[in-house]
Amino acid sequence: MTHWLERLDRRWLFLMMGILVLLPLLFPLALPLTVSARVRAFHDGIARIPDGSTVLMSCDYDPGAIPELVPMTRTALRQLFDKKCKVVVTCLWPGGPGLVDNVVRGMANEQHRVDGVDFVDLGFKEGREAVMVLMGQGIANAFPRDYQGKDTRSLPIMRSVRDYSSFPLLVNISAGYPGTKEWVQQVQGRFHLPMVSGVTAVSAPEFYPYLQSGQLIGLLGGMAGAAEYEKLRGEKGTATRGMDAQSMAHVFVALCILAGNWVNWRRRRGAPA
Amino acid sequence: MNLTHDLSIWLAAILTLFIFSFLYKDNPLYKFAEHLFVGVSAGYYIILNFWTVIVPNLWDPLAKAFAGQGTDPTRTGFMAAGLGDYRGWMIIPGLLGLLLFTRLFGRIGWLSRWSLAVIIGVYAGIKTTGFAQSDFVEQLHGSLQPLWTGQLATTVNTLIFTIGLVTSLLFFFYSREHKGALGVASRLGVFFLMISFGAGYGYTVMSRVSLLIGRFQFLLQDWLGIR
Repeated sequence: MTHWLERLDRRWLFLMMGILVLLPLLFPLALPLTVSARVRAFHDGIARIPDGSTVLMSCDYDPGAIPELVPMTRTALRQLFDKKCKVVVTCLWPGGPGLVDNVVRGMANEQHRVDGVDFVDLGFKEGREAVMVLMGQGIANAFPRDYQGKDTRSLPIMRSVRDYSSFPLLVNISAGYPGTKEWVQQVQGRFHLPMVSGVTAVSAPEFYPYLQSGQLIGLLGGMAGAAEYEKLRGEKGTATRGMDAQSMAHVFVALCILAGNWVNWRRRRGAPA
Repeated sequence: MNLTHDLSIWLAAILTLFIFSFLYKDNPLYKFAEHLFVGVSAGYYIILNFWTVIVPNLWDPLAKAFAGQGTDPTRTGFMAAGLGDYRGWMIIPGLLGLLLFTRLFGRIGWLSRWSLAVIIGVYAGIKTTGFAQSDFVEQLHGSLQPLWTGQLATTVNTLIFTIGLVTSLLFFFYSREHKGALGVASRLGVFFLMISFGAGYGYTVMSRVSLLIGRFQFLLQDWLGIR
């Protein structure tokens, strides 16, 4: 057995992983999902702002984060539009503006929201932390034109928007740098703007200290966080549909780790192959 | 099954399969997709930055400034700047940007260091203040918690948190040999660090599996039309 495991071609593991992910997508298992406190806090953070407020939403990701971050972007936009909130969207990742615009417009069409009145996509701006600081001097200074090329200052939604003091909440959906860490450092800390965040699973552990200290009100971590958020909102999106596959893959990885450690333990004991 | 007629989805699906083929072994199809991605990305970033940064944030304000106008209509004049309305002063960042390209010309390449000095200086300042406030002071503040909260569960949580924090910090204290009480505490700190590494690894697995799920969902739903 040990000998067989030691000589196993890793491509069999890839194939097994592929099958274990594919099957639950074709034949859902509907495994149970519980909503964690941090996800509930994200939801409640948005629920607490006054109806009709104008909210800043920065979607800092690119197509590599679609499975984890697009579902939470959609659900957050639905919750904001349900509260009749106006949404100012930005993107600080160069690979993201087209994707983010597509998601925002899709949600706006679904909820019958008008471009320039109920929402605006300001698109991408290079400069990372410098853009965040510049937005503190005036949102339109940093983004003179929106993603469509329209003069930002002429849009009805921007009449009530000056700088960060115009927003009761910052919703950040981020895949890395620049993202949640930089928004906390440059905006939450400096301008005391309450903030909720949705991040990729790989970066989530980095942000738990911010959650514990109250710098973040709520946190969605990866596809699981997105699925919990969907459950809380009574939606069944791509994150929920992907969680069965996620669970199966996790069991498989755990078994691989156990098998690898067993082989290593046997080898160290000098057991015959 | 309802195959899509959208050419862009077909292209994305075929390129996804080309990339997946690397799992079997390196091959020309994978190489083609990889090189195509690098080439398209380079062109995309140049065009994106031209239309989203150079034109709206430099060209347009300068063009307005030469006409004596700016974002504030109450002031006129090429150099009549205010906060957020920098007018003719935008020539300075424009020049600094151009100096970066002197690296392409060997003899005057040193001029690009002026621009780099400004970039490094500004970012060092922004990062330092942000870090000091949000990661040092706020985190220190967040770590000071009452050990007895009146509720057993939260008290146990706070105790675990405090012991984990102190012992993990002691592990990184290298001015004394880790023996005796310090040795015990630092060894306990290692356990806490290992738990955090394990949580980090678990989250990384979740992230990577999510990418695979996302691609499979794309292939099944968008390409093959299986709902």
